[in-house]
Amino acid sequence: MIELRNITKEFHTGKNTVIKALDDVSLTVSKGEIYGVIGYSGAGKSTLVRMANLLEVPTSGSVIIDGEDLVTLSKEQLRQKRQNIGMIFQGFNLLKTLTVYQNIAIPLKLTGVSEAEIKVRVKKYLDIVGLSDKTDVYPNQLSGGQKQRVAIARALSHEPDILLSDEATSALDPDTTDQILALLLKINRELGITILLITHEMHVIQQICDRVAVMENGKIIEQGLVVDLYTDPKHETTKRFVSSIFPSQTPGAIIEDLRKDGPILDLTFVGEVAEKPSLSTISNLFHIETNILSGNIVELKDQTFGKLRAHVKGNTEETTKAIDYLTTHGVIVREVRSHG
Amino acid sequence: MAEFIDRWGTTIVDETFATFQMVTISLFFSILIGLPLGVLLVISRTGDKRNIWLYRVLNVIINTIRSVPFIILLFALLPFTRLIVGTSIGVRGVIIPLVIYTAPYLARLIESSLLEVDQGVIEAYQAMGIKPLSIIWHVMIREAKPSIILGITIAVIGLIGATAMAGLVGAGGLGDLAYRFGHVRYQPDVMYVTIVILIIIIQAIQSFGNILSQKAKKD
Repeated sequence: MIELRNITKEFHTGKNTVIKALDDVSLTVSKGEIYGVIGYSGAGKSTLVRMANLLEVPTSGSVIIDGEDLVTLSKEQLRQKRQNIGMIFQGFNLLKTLTVYQNIAIPLKLTGVSEAEIKVRVKKYLDIVGLSDKTDVYPNQLSGGQKQRVAIARALSHEPDILLSDEATSALDPDTTDQILALLLKINRELGITILLITHEMHVIQQICDRVAVMENGKIIEQGLVVDLYTDPKHETTKRFVSSIFPSQTPGAIIEDLRKDGPILDLTFVGEVAEKPSLSTISNLFHIETNILSGNIVELKDQTFGKLRAHVKGNTEETTKAIDYLTTHGVIVREVRSHG
Repeated sequence: MAEFIDRWGTTIVDETFATFQMVTISLFFSILIGLPLGVLLVISRTGDKRNIWLYRVLNVIINTIRSVPFIILLFALLPFTRLIVGTSIGVRGVIIPLVIYTAPYLARLIESSLLEVDQGVIEAYQAMGIKPLSIIWHVMIREAKPSIILGITIAVIGLIGATAMAGLVGAGGLGDLAYRFGHVRYQPDVMYVTIVILIIIIQAIQSFGNILSQKAKKD
């Protein structure tokens, strides 16, 4: 559906200074999925998402949407194509001088939608975002979350197949963020809209994305299914993002101390396994005691995912049996040997 | 008092009308030229298809015109005015110099208003596949409207000031009245009355502009 192929983007900031915002980046988003790009600021993710509707023109590479390379289109063709690609922004980008109704209606009118159809669509999409009672209000009277809902309704009213989200929740508080994420998920499921989003919050990826790419210094350093990235992050930056959800700082001295009585284990649970009381089961079955040092269970888009760090107290024979038991029951076990 | 009104009443009314005439006509043409010029300045400077050379040329022209004192401009333009409107005296003769004086000033004010428009909003409209001309009208000018109204208010007040010099080509007006009778012929009462009227007019215009601008803000 969206294919970015070998995209490089250079910015000339001075006479002889060139900044490579994107360095040979390739990415494919399939129809109907929510694809997240995560990275720290300056990683190039904003430039990347703006490639998908050619707000940013690549220095080299192709941007293929539904089999058509946007780079080769004429201005008029590009305008037509853009009407099929909605976009929402961190700063909402509504017109201050227009009411909620006008903010949605005027772009429709400017793209040639009939008056009667405009009325129907504004109502329909304000209903979907839950703001039907705010039609005549000006944006300054709305909260951030409400403004983003209007922006979403505006994007949806063009009935696009694709929605691009440029840090759409970054200016919102945690509760509002969750509401907007739930709305994006609903749009994806009920209207079948493919979403490409960028964010710097792992939380956003975790809640709604199917697949994720991690960016650093203009490159994608790791990409794959969200659950795979959570289970087995390879790159340092990815590990840091994952550990932002699962803080597991056990002081080194404590680790050294505890290891004398038995191993410290990092346990990863994916799916149903996360909902079973594995630790108490092994405490009952074997001659050991378990003690949880840190841990968290989170809800990914389609499944539950948990990480626990636990100390297993007991002799080597019994703890080995316990580890075998966990492994055969689908828990991923890794022994912690030093702190970190 | 009654005597003063008898003596000067009609003159003051006539001259107020002349000022009003000069200001409205030249304002109309100044907006007609200044608004597109302001837009051109902004899009040649920051737009998608920016043309820095066009910007530089416009920039130099505008700065040059704005450097010339109005009184010089008025005389320098005499032949040109005569060519265009057939006369270089009276209200008709002063319109062209007033427009040439005000339009570049207004263009600058409009340029700075347009530059304040959030680039993100423009981008959102580009992302929706909307034509550049529609974006200029429906996004840039619309969003800048409160600020443009204030700019026009400033330009109107500048225009009123410039009309005082229009008397030199026989166009009349309140400023000319204050100068000719009040100052040259030493009739301070005429001068004070005229100045008070001017103060009232300018206060009224500024307040009116502020109210209009506030209304356009919608918040």
